[in-house]
Amino acid sequence: MQWETVIGLEIHTQLATCSKIFSGSSTAFGAAPNTQASLIDLAMPGVLPVLNRDAVRMAVRFGKAIDAQVAERSVFARKNYFYPDLPKGYQISQYELPIVGEGAVEIRLEDDVCKTVGVTRAHLEEDAGKSLHEDFQGLTGIDLNRAGTPLLEIVSEPDMRSAREAVAYAKKIYQIVTYIGICDGNMQEGSFRMDANVSIRPKGQAEFGTRAELKNINSFRFLEKAINFEVERQIEVLEDGGKVVQETRLYDANKDETRSMRSKEEANDYRYFPDPDLLPVEIDQAFIDEVVAEMPELPDARRARFEAGYGLSAYDADVLTSSRTQANYFETAAQIAGDAKLTANWVMGELAAALNKTGAEIDDSPVDAPALGQLVARISDNTISGKIAKDVFAAMWEGEGSADAVIEAKGLKQITDSGAIEALVDEVLAANPGQVENYRAADPAKQPKMLGFFVGQIMKKSQGKANPQQVNALLRQKLGA
Amino acid sequence: MHDKTLTQLAAAMSAGELSSVELTHLMLQRIAAQDAALNSFVSVTEEAALAQAKVADERRAAGDAGPLTGIPIAHKDIFCTQDVLTSCGSRMLENFIAPYDATVVANLQAAGAVMLGKTNMDEFAMGSSNETSYFGPVRNPWDTETVPGGSSGGSAAAVAARLCVAATGTDTGGSIRQPAALTGITGLKPTYGRCSRWGMVAFASSLDQAGPMTRSAEDAALMLAGMAGFDERDSTSAQRPVDDYAAALSNPVKGVRIGVVQEFMGEGLAAGVASSVTAALDELRRLGAEIVEVSLPNAGLSVPAYYVVAPAECSSNLARFDGVRYGHRCADPSDLEDLYKRSRSEGFGPEVKRRIMIGTYALSAGYYDAYYLKAQKVRQLIAKDFRQAFEQCDVIASPTTPDTAFRLGDKADDPVSMYLQDIYTIAVNLAGLPALSIPAPASGGMPVGLQLIGEVFDEARLLNVAHQLQSVTDWHQQAPAGFE
Repeated sequence: MQWETVIGLEIHTQLATCSKIFSGSSTAFGAAPNTQASLIDLAMPGVLPVLNRDAVRMAVRFGKAIDAQVAERSVFARKNYFYPDLPKGYQISQYELPIVGEGAVEIRLEDDVCKTVGVTRAHLEEDAGKSLHEDFQGLTGIDLNRAGTPLLEIVSEPDMRSAREAVAYAKKIYQIVTYIGICDGNMQEGSFRMDANVSIRPKGQAEFGTRAELKNINSFRFLEKAINFEVERQIEVLEDGGKVVQETRLYDANKDETRSMRSKEEANDYRYFPDPDLLPVEIDQAFIDEVVAEMPELPDARRARFEAGYGLSAYDADVLTSSRTQANYFETAAQIAGDAKLTANWVMGELAAALNKTGAEIDDSPVDAPALGQLVARISDNTISGKIAKDVFAAMWEGEGSADAVIEAKGLKQITDSGAIEALVDEVLAANPGQVENYRAADPAKQPKMLGFFVGQIMKKSQGKANPQQVNALLRQKLGA
Repeated sequence: MHDKTLTQLAAAMSAGELSSVELTHLMLQRIAAQDAALNSFVSVTEEAALAQAKVADERRAAGDAGPLTGIPIAHKDIFCTQDVLTSCGSRMLENFIAPYDATVVANLQAAGAVMLGKTNMDEFAMGSSNETSYFGPVRNPWDTETVPGGSSGGSAAAVAARLCVAATGTDTGGSIRQPAALTGITGLKPTYGRCSRWGMVAFASSLDQAGPMTRSAEDAALMLAGMAGFDERDSTSAQRPVDDYAAALSNPVKGVRIGVVQEFMGEGLAAGVASSVTAALDELRRLGAEIVEVSLPNAGLSVPAYYVVAPAECSSNLARFDGVRYGHRCADPSDLEDLYKRSRSEGFGPEVKRRIMIGTYALSAGYYDAYYLKAQKVRQLIAKDFRQAFEQCDVIASPTTPDTAFRLGDKADDPVSMYLQDIYTIAVNLAGLPALSIPAPASGGMPVGLQLIGEVFDEARLLNVAHQLQSVTDWHQQAPAGFE
């Protein structure tokens, strides 16, 4: 039997507001437990929520970024269930009338095929607190710092047909929310959490199979693994003559498996109803216009501009615009360097490798964008060779100063004086008469490769400082004679 | 002195004939001597009251006094009061010391009012007799074998018995007006949104509203002015200035059209109450008011609609009382579920449990449309009924309750008959309108209430009509025997 996978994602993005969605408490991550929990976050008797305007603004910004309908009138509803880290006994969310309606994003798959994934809706809600099961000897600690942090839950259509498509979509949403500055994108801290609804059906069948919901996945790698595991599991169940049950499952990254959390029968009846403490959110055109006016350039537009404006390949433009910080870094560096293509190579090559090695974010790079731009400029103006530049970069990474300072201090300035280079060439040719003879006798097709020997000798003698283009030119001239 | 109204006492203090400390002392003495028979107070904050009275006298001496400065009042125990027990009449909050003041409390404190203590109430404001309180029932000073009404029964009894000059109450389905009627005082439920709900423990958020309970309409005007106003901490509070209620009191009633609700004058209304209400309406006619008949055709649906909406909201509002952060927690819970189940079954009384269960059911998947949604539609119909009635009149009149105070225990086992106590008051909450209850002539020696209902934010007119009636009658001046 040929099976087709059907995936829909629900993504919870924590909005980067200063204060919580219904209280004035700070949303900063990492404070001592319960130091950022006000009377409202503690659900003291008699307290009331007041909506944070910035959360609304950010939700609208997302809606406009994916070309979705922004609701003129949306309504907060209570989702009722008991849990110790849910202080009110209900979560304020949106149910029947969400703030953002239908939209779509385009994802690019590896073979450069594009696919449109529908977004069903996006709604505002509050995050819960955290239950801490360690360090309390059989008891549970409750930290309400996170309670009330604004979330935008982005719900997709079941449009994805593989784990890879799901990951591409999730990355696309991640790219958008970080680009438009509504989410800090810190996945370790839980700023971007994914639930995947996964089902399979015989290829060609129109109706969907029974789905399982995989909860709370906080990395793209785990998302791919969890979906792949789940698809295999469901195929096995069905091919063994069983039935997939509708349930919530948890992905265990350590064991690389999903396991059942609760079945449909055990699921809560959330008893949604409009929250009588909050008025409907009414959004007029002026507010939308204001939000649109402050919208930063979106990733797709920026990628197109990088291709057209800087002459970059589609691949390079795609990589460089994958995050707003990287794209900003590139643009700043390229402007100073004056050579966009060379700058792109450096950002995606040496810089990416160094960041990867140390695990640093591009924002915290020891070599900042202007510094890298200056280094690349020194390659372009022939002050140093690309090879020497790697040593300069390493020194800059270690904090030894700007490109110019390192070049000066280490005496790495390229030899471009043609007299000096000619002397070196002559010296090497004189020292290797046999090689010279072989070269001259060789098939012209093989000569370029043989030239490398002489270049290597000369570079060695000059400690890498001789200008390679000049060396090449002189060698060819003299050996050709 | 204790028999004087707020207005008279404010004048006496302003004339230097009386200090707040003296008056506060007097009231504290009366509470100590008389409240054992009534059980109207849950907490008496003697020390703090005297300290506040002293500050009030200093303010007055400094020329910084308003009409409420130095007036000893009591708060229903549903309002959070910093450092003072806020029990809501429940075992669940038997140990809950609020860490903050409700806006209504803070506003009155800023106006210089002195808090004598907190008054008894039906548990979480659910009840019409004050018998559901964990702290025991309140008795009606007019006949201590009868109930004072509820849920603001403690405030009503304390004001009627002259144990405080005025008190705050809350009204979700009649909880200010019904006890005011049964104890012979003036009680006003303002327009929804007129007083902030911040710090008022929620029963049914879309219906709850705070209001004054006083000995006259004139006093209510002063109290409401001190309580009302926009509050940025309550998204449902009204962003409109507070009217000058006192200034409007003296307007003539001549030409005001008063619409009597036909549906509320027939079956189910005690004959004595009907004739008292008719007498009060006759008096208004003599003052020049034009009495007309109006109809609220859907009013009969208001009790069933209310008993879906209010329990639905309460089932969610009371979910926070889970034994985790504050309030009652069962001993030695074996696990989380046990903690929830036992803390809540021990902490809540039977009426609260009944409403939580009704509300949970009404919101359940598959029932929501049939109950909650339908009830919301009924609300729209009732609001429309009122709009149409107000095309023919300026103020709507009716009895406040179907009968005078009933005996303790009489309806305790019959929830439906208890719920029908609020048959004339509930529609007002569903429509969000202002309404007050003032004394009509007593029936069989027991107080009767006349209800006046206004258009949204028309409190000034209600108080004006009530005050004009009280200017030519003495029904509101009667005191229960033993408490004169």
